Amino acid sequence: MDLNWLSIAEANKGLKEKKFSAEELTRSCLDQIKATEKLNTVITLTEDHALKGARAADAAGFDHVLSGIPCGIKDIFNVKGFKATNGSRMLETYVSPYESTATGRLWRDGAVMLGKMNMDDCACGTTNESSYFGPVQNPWNAEYVPGGSSGGSAAAVAAGQMPFALGTDTGGSIRLPSSLCGVVGLKVTYGRVSRYGVIAMASSWDTIGPITRTVEDAAIVLQSMAGHDRFDATTPDIVVPDYSANLGKDLAGLKIGIPKEYFGEGVDEEIRDIVMEAVKEYEKMGAVIKEVSLPMTKYGVAVYYVTMPAEFSTNMSRYDGVRFGHKPEAETDNLLDYYKHSRGEGFGDEIKRRIMIGTFSLSAGYADAYYKQAQRARTLICRDFDEAYKEVDVLLAPVAATQTFKLGEKTNDPLALYLADALTIPACAAGLPSVSLPCGFAKNGMPVGMQIMGPQFREDLILQVAGAYEQVTDWHKQRPSI
Amino acid sequence: MKLSDEEVRKLADLARLYLTDEEVERFGGQLTDILTYVGVLSELDTEGVPETCQVTGLSNVTMKDEIVELTDPDELLEVSPLDKKDHQIRIKRLM
Repeated sequence: MDLNWLSIAEANKGLKEKKFSAEELTRSCLDQIKATEKLNTVITLTEDHALKGARAADAAGFDHVLSGIPCGIKDIFNVKGFKATNGSRMLETYVSPYESTATGRLWRDGAVMLGKMNMDDCACGTTNESSYFGPVQNPWNAEYVPGGSSGGSAAAVAAGQMPFALGTDTGGSIRLPSSLCGVVGLKVTYGRVSRYGVIAMASSWDTIGPITRTVEDAAIVLQSMAGHDRFDATTPDIVVPDYSANLGKDLAGLKIGIPKEYFGEGVDEEIRDIVMEAVKEYEKMGAVIKEVSLPMTKYGVAVYYVTMPAEFSTNMSRYDGVRFGHKPEAETDNLLDYYKHSRGEGFGDEIKRRIMIGTFSLSAGYADAYYKQAQRARTLICRDFDEAYKEVDVLLAPVAATQTFKLGEKTNDPLALYLADALTIPACAAGLPSVSLPCGFAKNGMPVGMQIMGPQFREDLILQVAGAYEQVTDWHKQRPSI
Repeated sequence: MKLSDEEVRKLADLARLYLTDEEVERFGGQLTDILTYVGVLSELDTEGVPETCQVTGLSNVTMKDEIVELTDPDELLEVSPLDKKDHQIRIKRLM
């Protein structure tokens, strides 16, 4: 039995029926990580910890569906006693003194951590090339990027190294790599999963979610993590529905909106055609397809690259190299100099750019024209979605507007990399849930993904819609030859 | 909006970032490109539109003001890359 390609649900069944042990499952994943090491998906491998956890699961039994299930955790999460580098030189030696709520809930339910996953430097990037620990390769073709910033997590799941991994999505960092690697990535409603213990990027945008190979698995992982947390005031104390309950229910009469701006100018023709094929599948399933307009879409990237750096530069100001962080190699003779060299050496180029953009857009004289104007434009983006959801139940669109980049292709062009998030940013701006799932392959052999966006806190609905497509297609069953 | 070398240095200084001359030159062009791009927002009429402060309807979330010791303070000090003495971090002189 090939344990590497089991879904969480399948693995749980096998464990319960004693077809294999949790230790065998974990060893199989560790073997695959080693066999495909060149992908560079992992920053810190936690082999002994994983085997210990697996044996504990074997002893305790498999009452919870996540018991004994191996996983990877993006290196932005604090997991007590393990390094959390945030993909950055700044935190190269930082060992977490506490546990994030999201990971704590996974361990409560019996999941087993295999390692801390590679990511862009401080989660700033769309290709995973900015990681201080080296770029990640796309399992479908080593010449291509896996997408970012949760590139290690997505590539690992796509390469059969683990059934699921956690990522974070601030402007598209779960959905973009999931789309480029041909796996399922769920960006939740802002506040659905606690951000406590997850290194902050842009606090009013940051969300946490799973990357999996099936929609059902995404529902399972979300179920474990979702809900109020007293340590994150933005997690509302509202009911957590059963995310698997609607899976398999038919879509007859469901209204799917096709936002025309997501299929228009600037969107690759081949990607557009592939996603439109998926729309036809939904029509066959009885869904009602309706074109809608989200006219603010073209301003999304600009809104994001003003407000996000503003929040980011504020969050990054805590890195002083004193309480934690990088001790500079340069000789410094006073504290101010020490700060500047700690940050100058510890942060990569993209971090420095974003900190300076944020510092600029919040500075006296420019805050009104840049920051406040962008926050007003953000309100207009939210209103676009409010209007659309009066007419339709969910929205369907491509994830990436362009074909997958090759490694090194756009490294010196930050703006081109920013535009890679053009179709994922708007849902983030409005705090909406969106799930990315595979829907075909481009002529170059690389996976293409689509996203289903829903109203706030309707993860159950978008998972139902995504799951229905998965039932009638087999894109999610394709495996890269690595 | 074109940023001069001097303006880039000023921003870096405000943000407590040491930049090399090469970085100042490179970032100057890149930051100018980015600021020019985001300048597109100025074409939007936002008269009377409120700024987004939150997106899920939450406001004034409060919690009980009670002290919970989650981590041993010395464990937190361990995270510092600098020398410690008497449960304190030894830093560079201020001036």
